[in-house]
Amino acid sequence: MKVHSFHLMPYPYLPEDFRERYRSVYIDIPSELYDPVRGHQVYNDYLDELEYADRLGFDGVCVNEHHSNAYGLVPSPNLMAAALARRTRNAGLVVLGNSIVLYNPPTRVAEEFAMLDVLSGGRLVAGFPLGTAMDTNYAYGQVPLTLRDKYHEAHDLILRAWTEPEPFAFNGKYTQLRYVNVWPRPLQKPHPPVWIPGGSSPETWEWVVEKDYLYAHLSLSGHASARRTLGRYYALVEAAGKEPNPYRVGMTQACFVAESEDEAEELYSEAVSYFFEKCLYIYRGFADVPGYRSRRAIEEGLAQQGFGLQPQTPSRLGGGGLSWKQRVEQGSVVAGTPEQVTERLREVCKELRVGHLMLLLQLGNLSKERTMRNIQMVAEKVLPNLRDLWSEWEDRWWVRPLEGSRRASLTGK
Amino acid sequence: MAHAEDRVSVRDGMFNVTVRHGGSGEPLVFLHGAGGQATWDPFMDLLGERYTVYSPVSPGWPGSEGIEHIDDVVDMALFYLDLFDTLGLRGVNLVGSSLGGMFAAETAALGREYVRKLVLCEPAGIWLDEHPYLDFYAASQEELQKALFYDPEAMAARMPRPDPEDKEAQAKMALDRQMALASASKFTWPIWDKGLKRRIHRINAPTLIVWGENDGLIPPVYAQAFQKLIPGSKVVIIPKTAHVPMVERPDEFVRVVREFLEAQ
Repeated sequence: MKVHSFHLMPYPYLPEDFRERYRSVYIDIPSELYDPVRGHQVYNDYLDELEYADRLGFDGVCVNEHHSNAYGLVPSPNLMAAALARRTRNAGLVVLGNSIVLYNPPTRVAEEFAMLDVLSGGRLVAGFPLGTAMDTNYAYGQVPLTLRDKYHEAHDLILRAWTEPEPFAFNGKYTQLRYVNVWPRPLQKPHPPVWIPGGSSPETWEWVVEKDYLYAHLSLSGHASARRTLGRYYALVEAAGKEPNPYRVGMTQACFVAESEDEAEELYSEAVSYFFEKCLYIYRGFADVPGYRSRRAIEEGLAQQGFGLQPQTPSRLGGGGLSWKQRVEQGSVVAGTPEQVTERLREVCKELRVGHLMLLLQLGNLSKERTMRNIQMVAEKVLPNLRDLWSEWEDRWWVRPLEGSRRASLTGK
Repeated sequence: MAHAEDRVSVRDGMFNVTVRHGGSGEPLVFLHGAGGQATWDPFMDLLGERYTVYSPVSPGWPGSEGIEHIDDVVDMALFYLDLFDTLGLRGVNLVGSSLGGMFAAETAALGREYVRKLVLCEPAGIWLDEHPYLDFYAASQEELQKALFYDPEAMAARMPRPDPEDKEAQAKMALDRQMALASASKFTWPIWDKGLKRRIHRINAPTLIVWGENDGLIPPVYAQAFQKLIPGSKVVIIPKTAHVPMVERPDEFVRVVREFLEAQ
């Protein structure tokens, strides 16, 4: 199994009374709550944490894209990946990803991902999310009804741009280009592995299976919902006559390790509560919009796309007021001693057939010190006992970097 | 009053739309707003005393198909001209409400020869930065009810509602609403302005602009904005009603509209 370190990069300085004073962490959150001087430290801490995970042997480091919010401070994940490309050596750079409908023309994504792939020596994973309603419709003004159609056109254009050897003309409905000719070209051939995060619509699952991409379930709401989603996904894999290779599925999991259960609660519960109470405090009017979900998804009553948002209260998402123990029980958080965490993760990954486990080792306002300790404990005491899982399967969804002797050495390192 | 409901095929089946019609007299076509048109309403009966009223459901709204062939509001206006041809309508008294007002204005601008008189009821289509519309999509049910109606409670009591025990009807209503607003997003997202101001000068039919005094979705100040853009147009502000005067105050609405249509 591959184990990665995924960082949401939240803003950790929301006021105590955030929920009382404001209606949403997304879209109309006042900009005065953001302090760029603290932000400077925050970005550098977060990059330190991912770089540390690389040094301690995690397989990949993951970043994603969100706009107009304090949930994740990364409107441009490619900038983070560029910084990481120079300061990490072995980890795959999992960019989960670029919301391809938001780039005009979408060949911008083909170019930047190719740059990252070349710069990092073939370590890029190319994630193509649809993006949440908040990001695409509210922050970036995309028309809900045509979002999916535009997404598929952008995807087709990017894949052709990476793989067709000659310049070509592209007469799309949303993008017209007389010459498509991406320079530089991706290092991994025919292109970097493609991962599709989010996506709780039956059409998306079918499409991911048909394309043979990795499906990344970004669940923050525990194992029960992951079980439903991934169960349906594997049923489609089987129906399509494809092998149930666990490496075709990735899943996020918040994970916190300590010397004892009590210590875990003491060290992490406040930050976890900050995350669920504040970072997921999303005004419902922004969390979905007619046209965003497919008709089939609506008819089947599926949850919103995105990062596992589940309707919980009439007017807000997230929050929920669960205790630490309830969250651990529900599985939105896996926590405890290294032995407990190892056992739980093995159990969950086995049952759900997850080959790429993306661990969230920092959440909410968890300090750098505690995060680094968590990363270290996971790396030393958990990770080695997960690696053997799924060794009978070949991972066809992972990066293929240049071998060491052909890799550029960095001056001064 | 009796009314009929037909399925009408336009452009060889590219569009299949529901058209309700009733009454007698000169043709009057009513274009509904973003929420769609699921019923034959009392104001249509009142107008039917003097006009043959046609109430088509726009492609993409529940009851009508073909939105995938409509990319923008100009396509929608051309669809309506095609529909008029299919129905054999000329000299149309064209009445549009809200988003339907935007479609009516576009249709009157592109198809001058089809339109006898034009009535725009709280039309969308023009945007003034200093007077933003309510964010229709993000608003809560409660905010929306307050914006749409002068007396939300009285209106709620009058609105047809499926039996709360009938889960299937409830689900269908919710799905229909999602589909209606999804289709509307093609013309309203993120701003309800898709270039009407570049075409509105083409309107040469006598035009009435009607607004509910308490409209909380599109502020009544837009009545003057439209009047400025359509020389010779007339404005009537109806008191004690908001965004849908034809539903909330049908008698007064029909009186105002008939007075305008019947004036020489």
